[in-house]
Amino acid sequence: MKITKNEVIHVAALSRLDMNEESIDKFASQIGTILEYVDTLKQVDTEGVKPTSHAIFLTNAFREDEEKEHLDRENALANAPEKEDGNFVVPKVIA
Amino acid sequence: MEFESVIGLEVHAQLKTKTKIFCSCSTAFGSPPNTHTCPVCLGMPGVLPVLNKKVVDYTIRMALATNCEIERESRFARKNYFYPDLPKGYQISQYELPIARFGHIDIEVGDETKRIGITRIHMEEDAGKLTHDPDRPVSRVDFNRTGVPLMEIVSEPDIRTPEEAGAYLRKLRSIVRYIGVSDGNMEEGSFRCDANVSIMPKGSETFGTRAELKNLNSFKHVEKAIYYEIERQKEIIGDGGEVVQETRLWDPVKNVTTSMRSKEEAHDYRYFPDPDLLPLVVENEWIDAVKAELPELPDEKKDRFIKAFGLPSYDAEVLTSSRELADYFEDCLKVFPNAKPVSNWVMGSLLGLLNTEGKTIEDSPISAHDLGHLLKLIDEDVISGKIAKTVFDEMAKTGKPPKKIVEEKGLVQVTDVSAIEAVVAKVLERSPKEIEEYKGGKTKVLGFFVGQVMKETKGKANPKIVNEILRDKLG
Repeated sequence: MKITKNEVIHVAALSRLDMNEESIDKFASQIGTILEYVDTLKQVDTEGVKPTSHAIFLTNAFREDEEKEHLDRENALANAPEKEDGNFVVPKVIA
Repeated sequence: MEFESVIGLEVHAQLKTKTKIFCSCSTAFGSPPNTHTCPVCLGMPGVLPVLNKKVVDYTIRMALATNCEIERESRFARKNYFYPDLPKGYQISQYELPIARFGHIDIEVGDETKRIGITRIHMEEDAGKLTHDPDRPVSRVDFNRTGVPLMEIVSEPDIRTPEEAGAYLRKLRSIVRYIGVSDGNMEEGSFRCDANVSIMPKGSETFGTRAELKNLNSFKHVEKAIYYEIERQKEIIGDGGEVVQETRLWDPVKNVTTSMRSKEEAHDYRYFPDPDLLPLVVENEWIDAVKAELPELPDEKKDRFIKAFGLPSYDAEVLTSSRELADYFEDCLKVFPNAKPVSNWVMGSLLGLLNTEGKTIEDSPISAHDLGHLLKLIDEDVISGKIAKTVFDEMAKTGKPPKKIVEEKGLVQVTDVSAIEAVVAKVLERSPKEIEEYKGGKTKVLGFFVGQVMKETKGKANPKIVNEILRDKLG
């Protein structure tokens, strides 16, 4: 399966990736190769096989509605590049 | 050209569980930022979400209450998008296999009952809360709300007017509160609504291009925003233009909708089944168990009030608008089993009082028990209906039981015939002119005499006896 430059640009935009012309061409060809490889699966005869979303035949794993301990805030925020008054701080998202 | 509008509503109701949908963090509102989190709802790599059983219970309850078909097997999916209120980069929702479909509820608009279809109900997680700094180019993120369970209820495009949209929402809110799955509080955001609005030439079968309205955080705003949007689209088409498919934000200060996103940023959520969550299977036994515990729903209660108590449809509709009000009414009836007077007092004086004081029925200053006793006092001729209003106001002020107020203030009705006769004599003595008028055939003057006697007795004389004595004396 071929992938167009425009599709690469679209996917990059959705993933918030900034890409130059050169890498767009490179990725278009690389992603195309990966998709071609995955296409091999299409050769398998799936007649009569239901679409599968899970590889194991399990259903219904539940928890009861019981509160457990929270992460303390120091730890919750430990990986944040920026924080303020117990909040994560991010670049402003609405103008 | 005459137009017809087509409206579909998407409602997000926050479920009243103790913990989040996929982890054991508290859903309590108003705690300091980021104190109700764990690795699961913070979207740390390698964690495993596990479904809260109560979320499924509540959603089945709602599905049954809205006449939906419950799917034996449903699935959770990842909805992918980047926004800082979503730590994982995707929201766990249900997509191609929701838990419930093909339902309906009935709404009343004017004198008509109209059926509105429910396309689907599904479960999903809420996102975090962003606060935008007014002075600096930063936003703050609080993940306490991330993972709080939501139920999304999508209507069919069966709604035609802003009033119908309002009636549908009120009914839906009444149902979630009756069955106890959500607070249904629009102002606090536990009940949110987006509206899809389009217009088409009257009688057409092809829908026009729709706009999605957001930020509708009260019933009033929903109706006003839809009304505005319909007018806006009419104007565009009237001018020969075309409506653009887009998301529009309601501005409650300026009373307009404004475009939020442009077309180029069209969504591409790339949904796919969440491999971390197993398919959900709901067997009939589970549905039956939930059904067995389902309380009486608003429509059923209304029908019962009409049939069992002989109430007019309007009374039944008002009294069953909330479960608490209906319970109050029925508690009153336990003390004074005469439905129509109870209904009149609850809908009139009591709701008036609550409205003035900005209170809900749950914190009514007058208990159902006390109101029932007040009506009993009227019925037993201990006090007159007029005095009862004074007692009612005093009950509201002091919270004292009616009997005590009547005793303390000496408001017991005068039924002693000789005492009333004395007052009647006094009134007649000073009104020769009116007596003449009465005898001359102007029988309406009787009202004047009754008024005078009541005034003399400070409203305490039994009106029936007063009337009898007056007629007797006047011949």
